[in-house]
Amino acid sequence: MKNAIKEAFRDSLHILPGYLVLGLGFGVLMGSRGFGFLPVLLSSVFIYAGSMQYVGVDLLSSSASLITAFFMTVMVNIRHLFYGIGMLKKYRDMKMGKLYSIFALTDETFSLVCNKDMSGLDESYYFYVSLFDQIWWVSGSLLGSILGDVLPFDSAGIDFSMTALFIVIVVEQWKANKDHLPVILTFLISISCLILFGRDDFLILAMALIVIMLMGIRKIRGEKDA
Amino acid sequence: MHSYLLIFVMALTTMAIRFLPFVIFRDKTPALISYLGKVLPYCAMAMLVVFCLKDVSFSSVNSFLPEMIGVMTAILLHKWKHNTSLSIVVSTILYMFLIQKIF
Repeated sequence: MKNAIKEAFRDSLHILPGYLVLGLGFGVLMGSRGFGFLPVLLSSVFIYAGSMQYVGVDLLSSSASLITAFFMTVMVNIRHLFYGIGMLKKYRDMKMGKLYSIFALTDETFSLVCNKDMSGLDESYYFYVSLFDQIWWVSGSLLGSILGDVLPFDSAGIDFSMTALFIVIVVEQWKANKDHLPVILTFLISISCLILFGRDDFLILAMALIVIMLMGIRKIRGEKDA
Repeated sequence: MHSYLLIFVMALTTMAIRFLPFVIFRDKTPALISYLGKVLPYCAMAMLVVFCLKDVSFSSVNSFLPEMIGVMTAILLHKWKHNTSLSIVVSTILYMFLIQKIF
């Protein structure tokens, strides 16, 4: 039996640099708009969604209406529905920290847990990896809030580490799966929607088309699986 | 005060989205959702890669070359060494070097 805490800590280190620096960026940005420690802490603990929190800075500083905030959040975070559906089977019967693990299912945490080989690990791994990731995120944003813009090095481009992580996962999944048609079509759909509808609106449409595409594949192949 | 209400709305909406699949399919998962649950993680990750690269502009070579080199490095290095940390660290440092010093 492997130690779930140790394994979760080790995996979460892939997220650490990105979350610290992106979190720090969030704290600094909030500070520059006059929002102090408390709003930063509350955002990173309770919203805990990277891109949404960045959008949130604009909503906060323009004192947007609550309805606007609601619709913005749906637009930006709707992709999380996919993650929940992907983790239904694995999270549904968790005994420890189930609610927290669902709450903390960010892009980055999902990328770690969706692919994880759980042999020799108990399911508390899911809880701990979610927790460590959020600790990195909250630490980064608090540092940014307290210190302001004081990074000793130019961190421009460090957010690429998140992109690189997701790419690595796709490569891994490519190796593990024999059937590449769904993922190839997903790339085609996402890129076409991005070109046709622009970066602000493409995601919801792409998601709908991806689901339709997957349903089509299932229908054509007549797959019956549990 | 309004700021805290805004944070509250953003937090609650995000939570609702994350909990929704688990609430809807609490007892029984329809076969279709089971199927989606199996294939979606793979597809969601591909979609996320496109989402991360959505701000790349193809207006000039300089504006997309760093991303292209970074992406290729991550893919090839990972195919070669199969080491997640190595692939992430090397491609990110290369990307940072490219956008800060070269382009």
